Amino acid sequence: MHHAVLDHWSRGRGVLHARDGQVKILLLIALLIAVATTPRLTAANVAGYAITVLAAAALARLPLPAVLLRAAVVLPFSATFAAVSLLAGDSQRAAALVLKSYLSAAAVLVLVGCTPLARLLRALEGLRVPRFLLLVVQFLYRYLFLISEQAQHMRLAALSRGGWRFRLAAGAVANLFVRSYARAEGVHRAMLARGFQGETVLLAAPRADWRDWLFLLCGLVLVTALRFGGEAPWTR
Amino acid sequence: MDPLIDVRDLRFSYEDGTLALDGVDFLLHAGETVALLGPNGSGKTTFVLHLNGLLSGEGRLSVCGLEVEKRNLPAVRRKVGLVFQDAEEQLFMPSVLEDVCYGPLNLGLAPAEALAAAEKALRQVGVDYARDKAPYHLSAGEKRRVALAGVLAMQPEILVLDEPTTNLDPPGRLALVEVLRALPQAKLLVTHDLWFARALARRAVFFEHGRIVRDGALEEVLAQFHWDLSSAPTR
Amino acid sequence: MHIPDGFLATPVWLGLNAAGLPLVGYLARQAQRHSQESRVPLLGVMGAFVFAAQMINFPVGVGASGHLVGSALLAITLGPAAAAVVMTAILAIQALIFQDGGVLALGANVLNMALAGVLAGYLPYHWWGEGRFRRAAIFLGGFASVLVGAVLAIAELRLSGVPIPAAVLWVSLALFTVTAALEGAITVAVVGGLERLGIGLARQPVEARPRGLAVVGLAAVLLAAVGVLFASTYPDGLEKMAQALGLEEHARALYSTPLADYSLRWLGSSWTAQAVAGLLGLTVIFGLLILLGRMFARRGSR
Repeated sequence: MHHAVLDHWSRGRGVLHARDGQVKILLLIALLIAVATTPRLTAANVAGYAITVLAAAALARLPLPAVLLRAAVVLPFSATFAAVSLLAGDSQRAAALVLKSYLSAAAVLVLVGCTPLARLLRALEGLRVPRFLLLVVQFLYRYLFLISEQAQHMRLAALSRGGWRFRLAAGAVANLFVRSYARAEGVHRAMLARGFQGETVLLAAPRADWRDWLFLLCGLVLVTALRFGGEAPWTR
Repeated sequence: MDPLIDVRDLRFSYEDGTLALDGVDFLLHAGETVALLGPNGSGKTTFVLHLNGLLSGEGRLSVCGLEVEKRNLPAVRRKVGLVFQDAEEQLFMPSVLEDVCYGPLNLGLAPAEALAAAEKALRQVGVDYARDKAPYHLSAGEKRRVALAGVLAMQPEILVLDEPTTNLDPPGRLALVEVLRALPQAKLLVTHDLWFARALARRAVFFEHGRIVRDGALEEVLAQFHWDLSSAPTR
Repeated sequence: MHIPDGFLATPVWLGLNAAGLPLVGYLARQAQRHSQESRVPLLGVMGAFVFAAQMINFPVGVGASGHLVGSALLAITLGPAAAAVVMTAILAIQALIFQDGGVLALGANVLNMALAGVLAGYLPYHWWGEGRFRRAAIFLGGFASVLVGAVLAIAELRLSGVPIPAAVLWVSLALFTVTAALEGAITVAVVGGLERLGIGLARQPVEARPRGLAVVGLAAVLLAAVGVLFASTYPDGLEKMAQALGLEEHARALYSTPLADYSLRWLGSSWTAQAVAGLLGLTVIFGLLILLGRMFARRGSR
């Protein structure tokens, strides 16, 4: 499953894996903003952004074909609107929709492929996202694998008994609901049993070092160059 | 020597009125290992949930000299390490190490101390190689031992394990027995696994309809209630 | 409908991030402040449940199947504030791990599905959930949660200048109506299943009644969105109105800055009409989200 693959990638070792989470998030956002706000995509723009994303993926030791393929999940949506734009005569918009959404998806994929989700969440906390929300995401992710598998098993069991119908699906979902709810209560009991008294205490997140700040600086310079390079005086 | 667990006439009913515990008396002393046997629904799990205050009924219940009531719960939960039947519920943090650190951190240990306690516990159960793994990447046996480590890291005086050999293959059961044998804590083992009970316990209590109906030597209890099927005739 | 990155115009995604994300952040901080951290495992696990449930297909007719979105189901069973936080968590995971929805577009998707969608899914149940029309109320909740989210999404796309000719607009709305009806049916069926399993879904007694303002807020947001949709599809009427009110001159003045080039390119040719509609919509959305936030504040203290 897709999230299992990403989880596996994120636990690798590499230059990018070792970089501070907050720095990586900031660079991703900078890149996304650059892509999104580029008013007119030229071949140079696209090449610049694409090379950056691919280089990052390579640096993170991610399998490039797999990254390109998985980022393509946005294409059905974008291509539909692009087609409509083309028919409406706006070919520039059509290209922008497809290219921007694809580049952005690939960039996000690279970030998540080189940073375990738990580390990302801790980094987000440093960027002022409320802990409560991050904990919910953390627990969601933890039990996602398990409950998805349960759902699959239910479906297989029903299919092997001769069919899957609407009412059966509703019953299965209700069943899954109840089991999930019971599981949540079990988790809560386990938390209490190990001393939970109302506030989750976490290990401190690792601190950024000079390599991370250098990385941030270089990254921001690169993104700025990509975004405004075409408008620099010497290119006019 | 004062008993570690002192239960007198414990009674408990669920919200819907079902009577789960109907007057349970029980004593546990330091160093003892006791098997809790009995049919499903006889109250074994309900009983152990009282020992760290997750459920509270009527009657007298004290752990290491402390009454199990609201103001003592933090201390009681430090003394009683409960390993649940479902390891998935117990391993709720993103990685093994973070999960085992959870208990020590809640006890107020500084991060460095909590890490040290966690690593020691992981070594004790023999799963320190998995410290950075996510819980869903572990085998059933590994999950069970990590759950045990999570409890050991809090340095309890009593270990309570609820059906710990469920879903374990023979090597897993063997590994668990070896780990438990090396631990000095008093142990309560809720189990249907007689090989496991025999490997660790000499004493057993038998639950029936919310009461302990026999408290004695393991083999005698097994014989009295015909609980050992290995010598029973197959039709 | 999850909006990817690269679709929304900068003022749109910036504005919606500024409006939607702090609101969810507020809900989360309220939960923290009111010692609700013990609810974290419940919210997380139920989020995982909805995720898994979204992948289960509900066969309808020959070869077609629907899927649960879950905003209404969550709102009914956990309460709207908790449901908003859970939906946000789901959207975050979908954006980060599954590339379903953009990262910069998160504010927009959160507004559409975690805030407006959840509220729209909850209100019918809140008003009519106990009584003879219970099933209809649940259906309406499911229906509204999807349709509201879809209308807002299309409006945001339109506001960003994504070409959606009238024909495409009508077809999309028709398709969304079908999806919304399916959500209603699935939600009713699942709640029915829960009841058969003996799970009581008594309405949260501690939740205060939603303030009238919040309801007006949701209605106004919707009207603004619908307004944007039709204003931009049929710009002439609005253009005439703007001219009549003398707004056009003022609007042009506002836009005669160095940034004018960008805004012109984004909004297409009849930018006056869209600018007017857009500004109006965004102001309304922003202002009334504050009111929605007040309503959630009551809910958060459970």
